[in-house]
Amino acid sequence: MPLYQLSINGKKYRVNADAQMPLLWVIRELVGLTGTKYGCGIAQCGACTVHLKGAPVRSCSFPVSAVLNQPITTIEGISNDNSHPVQKAWIDEQVPQCGYCQSGQIMSAVALLRDNPHPSDADINAAMQGNICRCGTYPRIRKAIKRAAATLPKTNGQ
Amino acid sequence: MNKNGQINRRDFLKIGTFATGGLLVAFTVPDKIPFAKPTATSEAALNAFLRIGTDNSIHITLSKVEMGQGIWTTLPMLIAEELDCDWSQLHVAHSPPGKAGDFLEPPVYKSTGGSETTIREFDRYRMAGAIARTMLVAAAAKRFGVRSEDCRTENSYVIAGNQRISYGDVATEAAKLPVPKVTLRDPKDWKYIGKSRKRLDAPEKINGKARYGFDSQFPGLLTALVSHPPIFGATVKTLDATQAKAIKGVRNVVQIPTGVAVLADHFWAAKQGRDALKIEWNLGENANLDTNMLTDTYRQLAKTEGLTIQKKGNVTSALAKSERSIDAEYSFPYLAHAPMEPLNCTVKIGKDSCEVWAGTQSPLLHQAEVAAFLGLKPEQVQFHTPCIGGSFGRRGSFSSDWVMEAVHIAKASGKFIKLVWTREDDIKGGYYRPIYVHNAQIGIGADGFPTAWQHRIVGQSLFVNTPLADVIAPKGIDYSSVTTGAPYSKSIPDYSFELHTTSVGVPVLPWRSVGSTHTVFVVETLIDELAFLAKTDPVVYRRAFFKNSPRHLAALNLAAEKSAWSKPLPKGQFRGIAVCEAMGSYVAQAVELSVENQAIRVHRVVCAIDCGLAVNPDGVRAQMESGIVFGLTAALYGEITIQNGVVQQSNFHDYPMLRMNDTPIIDVHIVPSTGKMGGAGEPGTAPIAPALANAIFAATGKRFRQLPIPAFW
Repeated sequence: MPLYQLSINGKKYRVNADAQMPLLWVIRELVGLTGTKYGCGIAQCGACTVHLKGAPVRSCSFPVSAVLNQPITTIEGISNDNSHPVQKAWIDEQVPQCGYCQSGQIMSAVALLRDNPHPSDADINAAMQGNICRCGTYPRIRKAIKRAAATLPKTNGQ
Repeated sequence: MNKNGQINRRDFLKIGTFATGGLLVAFTVPDKIPFAKPTATSEAALNAFLRIGTDNSIHITLSKVEMGQGIWTTLPMLIAEELDCDWSQLHVAHSPPGKAGDFLEPPVYKSTGGSETTIREFDRYRMAGAIARTMLVAAAAKRFGVRSEDCRTENSYVIAGNQRISYGDVATEAAKLPVPKVTLRDPKDWKYIGKSRKRLDAPEKINGKARYGFDSQFPGLLTALVSHPPIFGATVKTLDATQAKAIKGVRNVVQIPTGVAVLADHFWAAKQGRDALKIEWNLGENANLDTNMLTDTYRQLAKTEGLTIQKKGNVTSALAKSERSIDAEYSFPYLAHAPMEPLNCTVKIGKDSCEVWAGTQSPLLHQAEVAAFLGLKPEQVQFHTPCIGGSFGRRGSFSSDWVMEAVHIAKASGKFIKLVWTREDDIKGGYYRPIYVHNAQIGIGADGFPTAWQHRIVGQSLFVNTPLADVIAPKGIDYSSVTTGAPYSKSIPDYSFELHTTSVGVPVLPWRSVGSTHTVFVVETLIDELAFLAKTDPVVYRRAFFKNSPRHLAALNLAAEKSAWSKPLPKGQFRGIAVCEAMGSYVAQAVELSVENQAIRVHRVVCAIDCGLAVNPDGVRAQMESGIVFGLTAALYGEITIQNGVVQQSNFHDYPMLRMNDTPIIDVHIVPSTGKMGGAGEPGTAPIAPALANAIFAATGKRFRQLPIPAFW
């Protein structure tokens, strides 16, 4: 089984894994970071969203062999203390209910705001429609994204 | 609680302390479920508690489970209202495992469901807080050398003049005092109840720290996936596991009653192993099951007389005499719950013990079931309830289905295992909201109001052969099949409401808002139709029925007012409304939509709810939003079909969910109310589908009598 060197949240990991093993299971079960969730296994629900070199990917359908040297960020790498503007907005708007999908929702929202600090409703739809929330927190997610956007400088994300 | 609504303190609580000091108020939360196999200890068990540590920390152990509905915050608010504690020092947990009857380690609690947690616990949790506060004050007063009456409390401190002492400092002394008589606070003095409060579980749900059952990880733990039969009730005929066992990481393959389990080092190996199994199945008696045919059978049955639920006058002759009538047939499909966290259960069987980790609505039920199967006493089964990633009824399984599946795997393999279901297992796995068919015939009087109404429902029972059968389905009539189905019957002289209960080999379970998922749709679309035929505005038409039902009326009027019902919408937009009672709350919803090329776009939903006192108003609003999205999903997309015994859907691509881009603006308004408290978790789901269908009629002139609304027409 091949050996892979991964950079997750700035930390280096070495894992032996089947080349086709989805990144999701590498992160959860070989590395042990369980904030990234399984919801469907076919890139339909977005619960497994992580960032690969800053871009959102559905890790349940992304083989570990395709990661190459690209750094991975998971929900655990967003902040140490819930201080990211998106996390703060999530609290202010009281988004989570069961909470299971929220790691993925937040990863999609963070990626959206990095590329587009002041998204329109259509931009939010386009960036977030890959993430399912069975508790139906979408209206609050929309508000939270706008709230987070309002705290960002006019020109730059993050 | 006695008949006069007073709580008998001796019945419900015990006071104690720990070796390390502190005050413990443990209280029993009885449950209405009459278990088939109650144990002497579990019935008397204490299952919720409040602990004040010597470090001034406040620990609240919940009697009920958090599944997203918000009780992790609402129940502590009730204690805090009486305790005057420092909210920032609150620690909340699900009831830990423990020996039943053991005072210091409360056992598992019973079921959570029916939108009734806050209603049922409203007094008990406040009492626990009030008793603790009174004892802390008495202990502090003694220390200060003053009377209790001269003390006040604030933010986990007792204060008298210039003296102040923390709850933690007097907690151990307080625990030695007799249990006091207490008076609960006057509502005008409430600081917590009725004021929106942020969820205590939100911080750990936005950073990946919340641990769900799916996240259970222990050294040596194997992941198990089960190859379930393709048809309900099918059994293994032949099994060839050679290729599965050859996959790296696969450790074992065992046959269990519900299929064949592959145990592996991790999910991916287990999944590959499962895919490599070669199984031939004895298909069994459901091999010809077909939901189209089943629905047709129900349609025929709906034309015949059923068991009487409600009857007055002579509906047959009254219908025959009616000059105008509506003859309507409705059908509703099987629906999967599809909580975002798929089912999972971790099991470790030891010598004379078993440990179980499962996010579930009914730990005590499962504990008894697991114990009976393993030949253990219930207290030898330790049950852990981690965070729960949604349920909507699925984790309320009366048969403990997936928990027992996990126990079977652990027993057959002798391993410490975590059973996980894939999304495909979940969608194909049954335990659905049943198929229902309704047949309604309505005779209309000269004034445009119904004079005769015959309403028949056909469907499987949710509650027969369950621990709740005596309560909900006595004598074979399952009242959950007909609930909220006759809100207009009072003013109809000739009326008949009938039920046919069927038996089908597809396992079913309650699904968010239960019977109201179909009864409210039928009644509220028929009323809309009657209003249209009477050339009367549907809000005005309904008001005539609700002269003696002020809470229906209040919800209806508030939704109409807040949606500016009497004012025109922008060109191309249309509206519909529906109102109902569900789980003791009264909810009205107005939908605004447009339809272009048969594509429905819902722009806004205005919701009004009278739930009596809203303990955490923002929590109630969140549950209405949630219920609306859940109900819209079912109305627009939800359908499980079966052909040749095989479920045709498998994942979110063919069992789709509402997404961000489909979700309307949702405005929720709470009716100021002194009415009896109702639920919040489920009622929001009930009126959205009929409000949607009524708006579609307004837009297109088409009356859809089935759900989901067809994609093309």
